Amino acid sequence: MLEMRDITKVYNPGTITEQRLFDHFSLKVEEGQFVAIVGSNGSGKTSLLNIICGSIPIEGGDVLVGGVSISRMKDYQRYATMGRVYQNPAAGTCPNLTMLENLSLADNKGKAFGLHRAIDRRRVEQYREQLLSLGLGLEDKLDVKMGALSGGQRQAVSLLMATMTPLKFLILDEHTAALDPKTADTIMRLTDQVVREKKLTALMVTHNLRYAVEYGDRVLMMDRGHVVLDRAGEEKRTTSIDDILTRFNQISMECGN
Amino acid sequence: MADLLISTLIQGLIYALISFGVYITYSILDFPDLGVDGTFPLGAAITAILLTRGVNAWLTLPISLAAGALAGLFTGFIHVRLKIRNLLAGIITMTALFSINLYIANGSNLTVDRGTDTIFTAPSTMSLLGGLTLMERKLVVSLVLILTVKLVLDLYFNTRSGLLLRAVGDNADLVTTLAKDRGSVKMLGLVISNALVALAGCVVCHEQRSFSATMGTGQLVFGLAAVIIGISLMSFYTASPAARGLRQVRGLRFLGSPRGTTAVILGSVLYKLCIQLALSMGLPPNMMKLITAMLFLLVLVVSGRKGEEIIHA
Repeated sequence: MLEMRDITKVYNPGTITEQRLFDHFSLKVEEGQFVAIVGSNGSGKTSLLNIICGSIPIEGGDVLVGGVSISRMKDYQRYATMGRVYQNPAAGTCPNLTMLENLSLADNKGKAFGLHRAIDRRRVEQYREQLLSLGLGLEDKLDVKMGALSGGQRQAVSLLMATMTPLKFLILDEHTAALDPKTADTIMRLTDQVVREKKLTALMVTHNLRYAVEYGDRVLMMDRGHVVLDRAGEEKRTTSIDDILTRFNQISMECGN
Repeated sequence: MADLLISTLIQGLIYALISFGVYITYSILDFPDLGVDGTFPLGAAITAILLTRGVNAWLTLPISLAAGALAGLFTGFIHVRLKIRNLLAGIITMTALFSINLYIANGSNLTVDRGTDTIFTAPSTMSLLGGLTLMERKLVVSLVLILTVKLVLDLYFNTRSGLLLRAVGDNADLVTTLAKDRGSVKMLGLVISNALVALAGCVVCHEQRSFSATMGTGQLVFGLAAVIIGISLMSFYTASPAARGLRQVRGLRFLGSPRGTTAVILGSVLYKLCIQLALSMGLPPNMMKLITAMLFLLVLVVSGRKGEEIIHA
């Protein structure tokens, strides 16, 4: 179980632009739950992910995994059990390395990065099969540099890389936002597939309400550092996109949009 | 004339060791490491003092490597752990090393006298290459040395550690999500790079039998120029029909896609050749650094890489 307890996050503390985003914010996520988080810009969705991953410091509170605090762990140490896919398709791979080199990097996660050969030729067939299952024609492009591939292809590989080794949590930061609708659908379907197959606990920030309702076991709506809507289980099953949209428009009105 | 060409070639080969170091920091890590200007004479100072004290010539190589590695570790530490900007971190190391080099060599100049054996005249070298003239021996020894380092680097870049090093310059955030500390990887890169630069200083000291405190000035600029020339020429070549044709032929594929290290050796030799050419045309030796700087400027402008990140091959 992932728990955020009494989180306080202040941007630009002590300056004229000081902004208190979270004030004793708490959230519990059950193991194996696929949580979709929606909300307007500045509502704290991405900050929430960054706090879990340790990418930004917090002023108070605690992040716990299975009851144990991870607040003192460095970001890279937390990623030992986490995978993350970013909005920008270029962020999840190394553009100047080939796809095979990228996949090998991900495959070696959790192992010692010593003087072993980076690329394990015996694994190539498995990489190819995994790429084949993506259905994007990537299986013949192992020797192509990542930078030469399209955004959708890169994002598919990013997803594959983030989930290649055993992990508990998958952090998805608007990972379909930069893709065309068809590719976004494909990536979303693949995401769902890997989350279910590997029984991952997933947190997905998205602006696509349809994805949130369709794929999330639980839907959270955030507004100015607060959870303003939280639907899970039976309650979530009876929630439609229209319900979410109505609530979303309400908070937008309150903001004066 | 032939002698001049060969001695320029030897210079280019030996100085390619600096370019290897700069290739790792600048091209792979995107870190313009000015510490190079201090690490290079560090290798020479250590070598000069050890040779005059009668230490085995070949032993100066691993000692210089280790000293350079330490200097790189220092730059890496102040950049990564103390969060000093990369350019400043290098400048701090360079400045500190200036005094350290004076201390090691016990003065601003140290000459190794003719009676002392260098790696080019040591008994072990003579037993293998005794039939050659000194010039030929220098060529053979430096060629073997450079090719060995190149081969080791090529192998290293394809290890897990080497791949991670290439990844950290390409996308440091990805390295973090691989649960690895990007700072440590950067420090490792600086250690390897500075070790190689100090080795260059060591071999140059063997070659010219002297250390001078100012011999480091402009060496980063030289390394950068060599790397940029080499990489630019290589990307030009790999896009050509000839290279594309070669890549189709089984067994000749490697000729169609040369490695970054090969490009760097080529760049180094070409750059030394250009400078030698300028000197032969009558430019006084005092103008050497001026030429070095102007040639570098020319290279930056012509290659269209006006100081921005260079994409490693």
